[in-house]
Amino acid sequence: MKLLKYAKEYKFSATIGFLFKIFEAVLELCVPVVMASVIDKGIGNNDPSYILKCGLVLIGLAVFGYLFALVCQWYASLTSQSVGTQLRKDMYHQINTYDDANLDTLTAPSLVTRLINDVVQIQLAVAMTIRLTSRAPFLMIGSLFMAFMISGSLSMIFVVGAIILAVSMFSITIISMPYFSRIQKLLDKIALIARENLKGVRVIRAFSNQNHEIKRFNKETKNQKDEQVKVGKIQALLNPFTYLIVNFAIIIIIYASGFQVNIGSLSQGEVIALVNYMNSILQALIVFANVLSIYNKATASYQRVFEVLETKPKVEDQGVYETLTPIENMIEFKNVNFGYLQKDVLHDLSFTIKKGETVGIIGGTGAGKSTLVSLIGRNYDTRSGEIWIAGKRIQDYKLAPLRKHISYVLQNTSLISGTIKENICMSKPYQADIMNQALEVSQAKEFVSNLSKGIESPVVQGGKNFSGGQRQRLTIARALYKQADILVLDDCSSALDYATDAALQKQLQELKEMTKIIISQRTASLKRCDRIMVLYHGELVGFDSHEQLLKDCQVYQEIYESQNSKEGETNG
Amino acid sequence: MDKKTIKSLLSYCSPYKFLIISLTVLSIVSVIFTLLTPVLLGQAIDLLVGKNQVDFQGLFNKLIFIGVVVLIISLIQWIMGQITNTITYNITNDLRNKVFDQIQVLPLKYIDGTSHGDILGRLINDIDLIGQGLLQSFTSLLTGIATIVGTILIMAYIHFSVAVIVVVLTPLSLLVASLIVKRTHSYFQEQLAIRGEMNGFCEEMIGNQKIVNIFDYQVQNEEKFNEINERMHKSGVISQFYGALINPTTRLVNSIVYAAVGIYGAFQVLNGSFTVGILSSFLTYANQYTKPFNEISSVMSEMQTAIAASQRVFALLDEETIQELSTSKIIENKQGHIVIDHLNFSYDPSKPLIQDFNYEAKPGTMTAIVGKTGCGKTTLINLLMRFYDPQKGKITIDGVDIEEMNRDALRKMYGMVLQDSWLFKGTIKENIAYGKPEATDEEIIEAAKKARVHKYIMSLPQGYDTVVEEDGGNMSQGQMQLVCIARIMLTHPPMLILDEATSSIDTRTELQIQRAFDEMMKGRTTFIVAHRLSTIKNADKIIVMDQGHIVEVGNHEELLQKHGYYHQLYYSQFATE
Repeated sequence: MKLLKYAKEYKFSATIGFLFKIFEAVLELCVPVVMASVIDKGIGNNDPSYILKCGLVLIGLAVFGYLFALVCQWYASLTSQSVGTQLRKDMYHQINTYDDANLDTLTAPSLVTRLINDVVQIQLAVAMTIRLTSRAPFLMIGSLFMAFMISGSLSMIFVVGAIILAVSMFSITIISMPYFSRIQKLLDKIALIARENLKGVRVIRAFSNQNHEIKRFNKETKNQKDEQVKVGKIQALLNPFTYLIVNFAIIIIIYASGFQVNIGSLSQGEVIALVNYMNSILQALIVFANVLSIYNKATASYQRVFEVLETKPKVEDQGVYETLTPIENMIEFKNVNFGYLQKDVLHDLSFTIKKGETVGIIGGTGAGKSTLVSLIGRNYDTRSGEIWIAGKRIQDYKLAPLRKHISYVLQNTSLISGTIKENICMSKPYQADIMNQALEVSQAKEFVSNLSKGIESPVVQGGKNFSGGQRQRLTIARALYKQADILVLDDCSSALDYATDAALQKQLQELKEMTKIIISQRTASLKRCDRIMVLYHGELVGFDSHEQLLKDCQVYQEIYESQNSKEGETNG
Repeated sequence: MDKKTIKSLLSYCSPYKFLIISLTVLSIVSVIFTLLTPVLLGQAIDLLVGKNQVDFQGLFNKLIFIGVVVLIISLIQWIMGQITNTITYNITNDLRNKVFDQIQVLPLKYIDGTSHGDILGRLINDIDLIGQGLLQSFTSLLTGIATIVGTILIMAYIHFSVAVIVVVLTPLSLLVASLIVKRTHSYFQEQLAIRGEMNGFCEEMIGNQKIVNIFDYQVQNEEKFNEINERMHKSGVISQFYGALINPTTRLVNSIVYAAVGIYGAFQVLNGSFTVGILSSFLTYANQYTKPFNEISSVMSEMQTAIAASQRVFALLDEETIQELSTSKIIENKQGHIVIDHLNFSYDPSKPLIQDFNYEAKPGTMTAIVGKTGCGKTTLINLLMRFYDPQKGKITIDGVDIEEMNRDALRKMYGMVLQDSWLFKGTIKENIAYGKPEATDEEIIEAAKKARVHKYIMSLPQGYDTVVEEDGGNMSQGQMQLVCIARIMLTHPPMLILDEATSSIDTRTELQIQRAFDEMMKGRTTFIVAHRLSTIKNADKIIVMDQGHIVEVGNHEELLQKHGYYHQLYYSQFATE
């Protein structure tokens, strides 16, 4: 198990926990011996002071047993929590190496559940292993050994009984496992419907479809219940079955002992001992069954956790170049094809973007605009064809330095909780002049300086204490603060009013060293760009200046007309 | 424990009263039989007196008898397991359905104002906890108590004074356990609080992982996480340690009970008041007696979490729900004549929003609502659709006060497309037919064509039978919005509400859909929210809003002539031209 790697690091504390649990078991085994001597010697010799002494020994055993148990519990907690903490740390680290494709498949909510709830399950399993699995085998082997010492032939009944027990417990567990994973899947479905209902509450109520939704939900909960009842039937066999086997074994032992007693090779007391040992074995096996059911739950969690740890970015970091020096042909696409699934999203794209140029990208919904720019930062690898940046193949750069040179403003603006300063200075420590410039260009300066705390003003989760337009300007400032050589703005001025948008565009133009790529659906936002790329269903159908495109690109003409036929007449 | 919670829980158990009573009876029967077996086995062993003295016929009969008893016990245990499962799964199922029903009738105010994660947590995790902690442990508790009582009774029957010792020492065990439980509780609270903090942090940061990647924020991000993780570790070790203390501690107390019984019993033997044989069976029982305590104490901590969980679930179920009138007024001849009469509304009483607003939308007219992002344009829609009710004043449709109508009847009169397109996991066909499940394939395709999304759907591998993943999966916002528009194109409601319905659609497609919309709006009273003013200047009337307030009302020309807020808003968008 890969988990062993984690357990290894805490070998020491785990071993101590283990040992002390065994010490406790040893003391526990001493109790009957002391009691026996109370009966044999104390009562036999009529010696009250001996009985009292033994009483003190019994209490001493109890107290020391308790202290040992405390040591065990402490180290069990320490080990399991340390394993959990380390797992979370590693998982979080791994998540921080993920690329976009990984994040798309594993999704944030699922990652959070794995990181928190699933790790708790594993912690529990580790603690239980230390607490329960040391004592139980010890008692079991001890009992078997003692039984063997008393009567070799009768102890065979023990062995057979124990094997039947173990096999039946094991098979019940194995049979129920697939049920549990099915139940989990059904529960996910139930959660999905509930989530949809909360999100779409307005639409559902607008169509008065509440009853339809309730029916849909009840169907799934019923499915889950049916499955639970089925597995419950199997699981309910476990207890009665073990009870039955153990007691039948005892009955057989007593009957078989009858013959041995009859020929005088076994005493009555020894028979009592044998029965007691069989009972101890039952106790030990019940503990095993408990551990198994905890493992059962933990296995699913374990797989989910290790999926997180073993998911590697699809984009491999095997480049050699650590520096990127801007040259004239800043970005080159050579026959690039790309798709998320089987279908191609981008077909055979070839173009060159010059250093310092401002390039617009326009195209309909689903034309592949966002996809195209995500390839520049190597968030995904191309299916075929090559992308060159500053004269080198994109794969030949190390990833971290490559991405240092590219900055993005994404479509869905998001800020993290903290302060404005923390948000803008995500990419590097605070420097007043860079901050100033970033705020100025992004048109955020005015509203930020009007805040009583300025850049130290708090930002709540999702930036909800700012308006949509303010959030957008702050995310633009954050991207500018990075001072990358390439800046990508993905349809990020939609919440800005026209005047602010225009001022932003103008200021951006003045950043001559920076190569800018601006995605928009509005020709008005792009007409100042040096060149505009027109995408139509993943194909490049035009790449030229606004004026030229109006002359010879049909798709661009249509877009322009659709936006200006209305705006034009009102403008006049 | 909270009496009210217990009461509510009991009310959910009442349909299974019969099963619970049988469970109780069976557990008592099974305990009696289980307590009997050591005695029976002892009797069997007594028959093995010594060499050549074994009574095989007697032994055989005895053992057969024991075998039958064992079989009966196993059978009872099996039935008990079944009953427990049936009760547990049925009650959790009932509770889930009940919570879901509740979600359907909670006011929007609650759903908008509560984190969805929180509601889901109650529906999924908390109800699971109730199932595991409360109901499953019910059986352990029952057999545990029955075993304790049974053992005491048997001991008292054999020898009274020893039983007294045991009974006197019992409360000590309970007291110690409850002390630890109390102590543990505060540590658990701390642990839960940190877990909550970590949950919040991770949800935010992993949700923004792409941003973290873009800005090389991984190192700081991990540092912040590790800081929380470390705190969680410290509190985790302590709380887990305390939680694990209950078992050894009760065991300690019970070992002392065992020692006391042993020593006292030994002196009794010396006095001659009972035999070694009785002492040994006493010790067996004293040993058995301790086990249910361990079980009960471990069950107690599970029950604590379960009680906390049920409090959360019942709090949700106790939320005030929307009240529906028993009889709804019905508009026979729907014209779509909407009158807003002296309307007052605010989400928060201390921040008045809409005050004394009067408005009339004549049948078949188009009303636009405009303003900057976040100005409260959706407030009016919330009121028209009765997602919220006004504090004062009323809205009438064709002369009927909408508060005298059932919400369902009212809402069926509107077709609504929202900015946040909502699709559920199901086929595209099902999604389009959401408002008209009986629609034929032809009607659905017709609607999709009108919404200009037919071509796109056909390009998907399974066409109309393609399953939409959660949150649209690989569909873009625009494509999702088109499907939502097709949904409305399929139903023919007398009135329309379009809330930024085309915001994610590129302008070319928008222009094409606009024609379909125009056609649809003909003869229908329509409300449109838009931030692209050029799309609504043909509206019969425009309501201009700013910061939640209605600032101006009029048609395009009137508003421009006013040189007010609308004028400013309108010309700002052409500043680039």
